[in-house]
Amino acid sequence: MRRGETLAGWLLTLPAALAFLALLLLPTVAAVTLAFTDYELGEWPPNWIGTENFQEMWTDRGFRTSFRNTVVYVAIVAPLSVLGGLGLALLIESAARGRAFFRAVFFLPVVSLTVAMAAAWQYLLHPTIGPVNALLRVFGIAGPTWLSGSDTVLISLAFIGVWEAVGFNMVLFMAGLTAIPKELREAAAVDGARTAWDRFRLVTWPLLGPTTLFVVTISLIRSVRVFDTVAVLTRGGPNKASEVLLYTMYTEGFTYLRLGYSAAITLVFLVIVLGLMLLQTRVMDRRVHYG
Amino acid sequence: MGSAVRLVVLSALGLFILMPYIWMVSASLKPTDEIFRASLTLIPETFAAAENFGRVFARVPVVDYLVNGVIVCGGILFFQLLFAVPAGYALAKLRFAGREFVFGAVMLGLLVPPHVPALPLYAGLSALGWLNTFGALIVPSTISVFAIFLFRQFFKSLPDELIHAARIDGMSELAIVWRVILPNALPAATAFAIFSVVAHWNDLFWPLIVVTGHERATPALGVLYFRTEEAGDDFGALMAACAIMTAPLVLAFLVAQRRFVEGIATTGLKG
Repeated sequence: MRRGETLAGWLLTLPAALAFLALLLLPTVAAVTLAFTDYELGEWPPNWIGTENFQEMWTDRGFRTSFRNTVVYVAIVAPLSVLGGLGLALLIESAARGRAFFRAVFFLPVVSLTVAMAAAWQYLLHPTIGPVNALLRVFGIAGPTWLSGSDTVLISLAFIGVWEAVGFNMVLFMAGLTAIPKELREAAAVDGARTAWDRFRLVTWPLLGPTTLFVVTISLIRSVRVFDTVAVLTRGGPNKASEVLLYTMYTEGFTYLRLGYSAAITLVFLVIVLGLMLLQTRVMDRRVHYG
Repeated sequence: MGSAVRLVVLSALGLFILMPYIWMVSASLKPTDEIFRASLTLIPETFAAAENFGRVFARVPVVDYLVNGVIVCGGILFFQLLFAVPAGYALAKLRFAGREFVFGAVMLGLLVPPHVPALPLYAGLSALGWLNTFGALIVPSTISVFAIFLFRQFFKSLPDELIHAARIDGMSELAIVWRVILPNALPAATAFAIFSVVAHWNDLFWPLIVVTGHERATPALGVLYFRTEEAGDDFGALMAACAIMTAPLVLAFLVAQRRFVEGIATTGLKG
């Protein structure tokens, strides 16, 4: 049986292992390697140029703008969608009725085609014919140009990002909330935690810690990955005001075919994502030790 | 907060979330001049649904987009399960040399976002002459380390007796995987299927890279094309196109709401 088991184990993992090797491991290693070359599509073999791509990035105004925009976008979307998701989860959990209904409503953006909903937002936020500015005009306010203004484009995109992510976070928080026994909150109430805020502060929030950490990490990573709305609505414009990391990587690689430089941007992106994951495990470890 | 207040707050926020859907449908029913008047009435004075939807169908191959979406999502899911279910079973229930190594590779793979291997995969597919094919759309996503991880965790909780009984009946390990393990793992498989289909139906990044032209365009790409090439300021037709492409998943979600939410919540860890 033992030998048969070993053989079966290998045979059953073999297809996955081969696909893993060819479609994930090798391309990832290749991407990291390409980051140190001047590879352009059709020009083989590429030259090894060491860290030149990264030096270029450092002085490239376009990349710097893109990096800064991504940071701003994440700094808006992650906190708002986490707090919003938590707020909605608490509201729905304590609602007397309509829980399933509201959960479905807030979750709807998660399953909707991002590209299409982005177009719908573009109509809503259209400077002249959009309903949002039409409503503002009713109150005598001249609405901003939203997605077509370089001052407002990033905020508008972030706003769409929050709209899209909040229901996702809500569902994760709801799963975390159901894991907290009701008796604990009741016991706290008996022990003198009279207001709902006290019970939240003393019982729910600490016990929700691991869930919150997880939701924060995932929100950060998901918002670093912003691409669809930018590709459809603004293409990084106007004037690079909505250029973000993955979109820059995309244009450098697939429009200008500078695969080496694009790979270097990908590497920066990977390092950010890995850094966030590492941060999550670090915080988690500390919680275990001191918590 | 009283429960009435809560209900009002939730309704207001819910209405806000639904706003783009409501206006999308409303605009898809309105004639162009009404849209340009920017009035705040949702119901059109004259219904132009037939014209708007008609323009969409006349200008772009909508049905092709939808069929392509189904083929791509179905193909990806099929291979993901084909690779991940046996591997998940082996990692959960079989003892073999190298198992820890394989599992380590899976955990490592979980850390890499799909955007990272994209450039070399594109170069490879381009060299093979595979651009603009279903193969290019499907193949790179066929391996899901996340699926392997998910199935391994789920299979671990299945009782060993189930497998022993099947072995005594003389079933091969492969038969056990598909005829004993998978039927018992339907909740995990459904959750993963929903996660996978939602992710790939909505994905724009990869189709944008490997497809040019309408023939192999997925719904996400279809909307993008229609917006940039055809619609211009024709928001009525654009909103009609958006409604068509969004409808399949949204309808599926409304029918199987619970499963969707649970599916995404249990698989949410992927991000």
